[in-house]
Amino acid sequence: MRLANIFHLGIKELRGLLRDPILLGLIVYSFTIAVYTEAKAVPETLNNAPIAIVDEDSSPLSRRIADSFLRPYFKPPAMITAGEMDARMDAGTDTFALDIPPNFQSDLIAGKSPVVQLNVDATRMTQAFSGSGYVQNIVSTEVSGFSAQDNRAPTVNLALRARFNPELNQMWFASVMNVINNVTMLAIILTGTALIREREHGTVEHLLVMPLTPFEIMAAKVWSMGLVVFVATLLSLIFVVQGLLKVPIEGSIALFMAGAALHLLAATAMGIALATLAGSMPQFGLLLMLVLLPLQILSGATTPRESMPEVIQTIMLAAPNTHFILLAQAILYRGAGFSVVWPQFAWLLVIATVFFAFSLRGFRKSLR
Amino acid sequence: MSPEQKAMGMEPKPAYVARLKDVSHSYGGTRAIDGITLDLPAGRMIGLIGPDGVGKSSLLSLISGARQIQTGEVEVLGGDIRSARHRNRTYPAIAYMPQGLGKNLYPTLSVFENADFFARLFGQGREERQYRIANLLKRTGLSGFDDRPAGKLSGGMKQKLGLCCALIHDPDLLILDEPTTGVDPLSRRQFWSLVEDIRRERPEMSVIVATAYMEEAARFEWLAAMDAGKLLATGSPWQLLARTGSTTLDDAFIALMPEEKRATHKAIPVHPPADFTGADFAIEAEGLTMRFGDFTAVDNVSFRIRRGEIFGFLGSNGCGKSTTMKMLTGLLPASEGTAKLFGKTVDPKDMDVRRRVGYMSQAFSLYSELTVRQNLDLHARLFQLPADAIPARIEEMGRRFELTDVMDALPDALPLGVRQRLSLAVALIHSPEVLILDEPTSGVDPIARDQLWAALIELSRKDRVTIFISTHFMNEAERCDRISLMHAGKVLVSDTPDAIRETRHATTLEEAFIAYLEDAIGETAASSTPALPTAEGEPKFTAPPRHRAFDLRRIWSYSLRETLEIRRDPIRATLALIGSVILMFVIGYGINMDVKDLTFAVLDRDDTVASRDYIADIAGSRYFIEQPPLADYADLDRRMRDGSLKLAIEIPAGFAGHVARGHDVEIGAWIDGGMPQRAETTRGYVQGMHAHWLAQKAREIYGDAASGQFSIETRFRYNPGIESLVAMVPAVIPLLLLLIPAMLAALSVVREKELGSIVNFYVTPVTRLEFLLGKQLPYLALGMMNAVLLWLFAVLVFQVPFTGSLAAFAAAALLYVSFATAFGLLVSTFMSSQIAAIFGTTLMTIIPAVQFAGMIDPVSSLQGIGAVIGRIYPTTYFNIISRGTFSKGLGFDSLLEAFLPLILAAPLLIAASAFFLKKQAR
Repeated sequence: MRLANIFHLGIKELRGLLRDPILLGLIVYSFTIAVYTEAKAVPETLNNAPIAIVDEDSSPLSRRIADSFLRPYFKPPAMITAGEMDARMDAGTDTFALDIPPNFQSDLIAGKSPVVQLNVDATRMTQAFSGSGYVQNIVSTEVSGFSAQDNRAPTVNLALRARFNPELNQMWFASVMNVINNVTMLAIILTGTALIREREHGTVEHLLVMPLTPFEIMAAKVWSMGLVVFVATLLSLIFVVQGLLKVPIEGSIALFMAGAALHLLAATAMGIALATLAGSMPQFGLLLMLVLLPLQILSGATTPRESMPEVIQTIMLAAPNTHFILLAQAILYRGAGFSVVWPQFAWLLVIATVFFAFSLRGFRKSLR
Repeated sequence: MSPEQKAMGMEPKPAYVARLKDVSHSYGGTRAIDGITLDLPAGRMIGLIGPDGVGKSSLLSLISGARQIQTGEVEVLGGDIRSARHRNRTYPAIAYMPQGLGKNLYPTLSVFENADFFARLFGQGREERQYRIANLLKRTGLSGFDDRPAGKLSGGMKQKLGLCCALIHDPDLLILDEPTTGVDPLSRRQFWSLVEDIRRERPEMSVIVATAYMEEAARFEWLAAMDAGKLLATGSPWQLLARTGSTTLDDAFIALMPEEKRATHKAIPVHPPADFTGADFAIEAEGLTMRFGDFTAVDNVSFRIRRGEIFGFLGSNGCGKSTTMKMLTGLLPASEGTAKLFGKTVDPKDMDVRRRVGYMSQAFSLYSELTVRQNLDLHARLFQLPADAIPARIEEMGRRFELTDVMDALPDALPLGVRQRLSLAVALIHSPEVLILDEPTSGVDPIARDQLWAALIELSRKDRVTIFISTHFMNEAERCDRISLMHAGKVLVSDTPDAIRETRHATTLEEAFIAYLEDAIGETAASSTPALPTAEGEPKFTAPPRHRAFDLRRIWSYSLRETLEIRRDPIRATLALIGSVILMFVIGYGINMDVKDLTFAVLDRDDTVASRDYIADIAGSRYFIEQPPLADYADLDRRMRDGSLKLAIEIPAGFAGHVARGHDVEIGAWIDGGMPQRAETTRGYVQGMHAHWLAQKAREIYGDAASGQFSIETRFRYNPGIESLVAMVPAVIPLLLLLIPAMLAALSVVREKELGSIVNFYVTPVTRLEFLLGKQLPYLALGMMNAVLLWLFAVLVFQVPFTGSLAAFAAAALLYVSFATAFGLLVSTFMSSQIAAIFGTTLMTIIPAVQFAGMIDPVSSLQGIGAVIGRIYPTTYFNIISRGTFSKGLGFDSLLEAFLPLILAAPLLIAASAFFLKKQAR
């Protein structure tokens, strides 16, 4: 192995990339426009939730309740009749339908404990959970405000604060997770296509008649393509996430980038492995779909890891993404230091080494 | 027969088959054809001669109608080829065989299937197809190979099959672009005798051939010599010879070249046959054998080459020449036998041997993204030349191979001859002792070829470099010290050119080779001599029906081809079918919206019955798991920071007392806001439990009768258990039914563009709509198979109840898969490479389908661009139908509104694809 060979071959890869406007465009797009628009498009947790109210009471209290569903959490409530409710929920028009029974106000004053019915479309998991809590809260607040004069219950306040993201701004989460997903995607695509292109043009053969080892050829691709994604990630984090989207980053960016470098080693090795498995570009494309999607969805970037079944959690421990996302969340959101995230670094190091060794074996074999 | 055709047939035979006036053509900045005016006589065998890259192929593709005309006028078969009407009329009359071995054939399809594909494109019925194919295959000697995939044929057989496919519809004009490049001498002779036979039967047929072999061109009736996009001369071969006073066409061509080019030409010095008897052996092969599976590519090959010798290797493409060369360089380990370089056995791991060998592969395989200097520099560094010696070495090689002027140019911008010199310079940068050259001169013009040879001879005689070279040119074979003829993995003969001629009593080397080949092939050669079918026995088929705007047979032709290709590609087929099920499994279990098992700990400064009662409420819930209590704020901070706590609660000192006295008191709660979705849900839980605790307290104090008491009864509909699977699975089906069918469809068109078989679409009567629908059908079927699998998987494995109308779901799935495949086709009309198609389809499907189509957040909640995309993206509507039929028990009547966009989507996209798809190359 000669470091000079790895260096010169890597420079060749970079020069090649510089002359490929489509790939360059894709890199720029993924780390700027894509991050920005996707972060902006994700709504706040409860945003414009469609709600309908069946007001069978028509009392001052019921009107007061109806008036208290406000933007941006809820769309202005649709006032409907009991008969319309089912059809609207079937069509997915409303996520919530609140049924205020006849004589609600008078029953309440008379201490008869009336019952308000809240229908929730539970196929819309994201809104169903948090939304029903919101609705209950709003109704309770309005009712207790209405009957304030009678309220002699103990005043125990709950001072609820969210740490690390006080306003629970979804954009903070989405922007960083998008950057991370792009890191994986581009690392795999750039190295994979670089290898397949080389094979299709017959230049791999050319390399092999020179005094070069497969290790050198592969290492050159890994460092050069990894470097490109590394730089793009750093710029995206500083200029798009921190600059444009104004997402505060609590922890050390340097520590995060160190984790990113380890992750890139694993991801670029994965790109090489996929390229050696795939005979041609279309097969690479299909493999990419089968690999990228589970990596992004099951790694904890979309939904919390701890709510996945045990089996999946265990399997996903073998994916570099899982550890990268854990350490990214700890460092970037919670300002954790190395003393907290060192297990993730250890995992990444092991996974990257194994992946690299595995890919190298496959790469050697594919050259036969 | 159409009136037009009748009229055409009645007309007196036109004198010219094609007339070109001031035709020019450029690609980007390079001018391929530069103001050519040329009349090509009808009913003749016309040769376009000249080296690669002079514009022959461009000219032929313009005449065939495959390429759009930029400037000038081209009249073919009596009409303007620019007019789409005329092209529609002439598609059945023109046959075009593009350059490259089997370029327009489909490698995974068998010989018969390839021919059948073309026959269907020309609308022939079953009987006619079978008769014609059987006849043509018999005449080309391919009869025994009906079932062999085209990709596994030898170069000569590929070209013969290409000719069959071109002749399947009895064209009036046959256009052949370098049909014999890379073909062995015997197959070449068979190829031309077949063309001659067909011409004898149908003398009205005109043939235009581009070729780089001057020996071949000498047999044509009329020639047009081209160089650098310009016409040099026209006329019969003897006219050209007479005009230039030359004896061979090669010399005549050189004489016709412009003055400044001729100036660089030096006649090849006649090199005396050197005496190598004393020299040591540079290359020794003994019993070299290479097997790939049960296929023997190289069979027991032995030879010894002395230092300084030029050793030639001849044979058709695919006969094992390249494989033998690869074994000599150590690229491939031999299955049996040994290869020795300088007496040392070749070991692929031995880097030192590689430093002594220079290798130049068949195709130009340097980096086109690096300049000439960068290429030389990279290779010098990789061969570990001393860094300070590199610039001088690059200068030296530049001077020697006349590259000094183009040092900073990109290889793609250089003529082929210069690129080959660069390849040679790169192969020699480290001063190797052995040079292995795999067809270094194919496609190079005669002057450049002679230049290259002059350099080789100098290397051999002066520097004593051993040269091992493969070639197709007989005049080059003559220049070698010794030559070997290979066929089907075996060496037939190995001797000096003179000795070989003498042994076979042949006047030329080519004749001698053909004699050897015929011996080797034996009986097959005899049967491959074309047998004329008896004129009486030939059934009369009605002339191809007049051009129809829409023909199901042509659609079916493409569908059938596509289906066969998928079936022959097990990886693609399996991935396409099983892939979606795997993804569903992963996503179904993975995307889980349930928020539970949240870790929490308490900082209880009160530690009374009341405070413990408050905590017990939370600890008892199924959502929370209690952790060891917190010691102080520092503990709280640390444990939240490392992620081990999602919720922390602080109960102040004196809590119980304050509550009992009715004083205001505040409980503190901190949620981990790192993941806002989860935090939001946690907040809801905590607030709910707090309210519940308050209500309980109130009841304890004031009893049930207190006014202001009410309750909210929450009903979670459609999914009473609030299970993620029930919510997610119906939403995942639309995502998967988009992803894979769209990707497959997108690749199907781009693949043809990249591999070159798209030309079949350009020059046959198939219309744009037929082409698209033909491509879509198999993927539609595949998509529907996916839909069935996914549905079964959802109901049987995930046990998601299906409550609505199955018919509605099936109908929507069909419409939706039509949309997905149409979407893929639309993407592919804009893309020119498979990589771009993969990227484009991924970006344009995953993001909108996951984020904007209501899979996670309802479309009505989106903002900005996301909301707009969500409203027009058909996945949104299939999501509504999928959820409606799975969870909500709905049927057609309740889902009509969602059906409307789905019905519109596919036809709109197909129409757009047809609009943007070009029926000609640009």
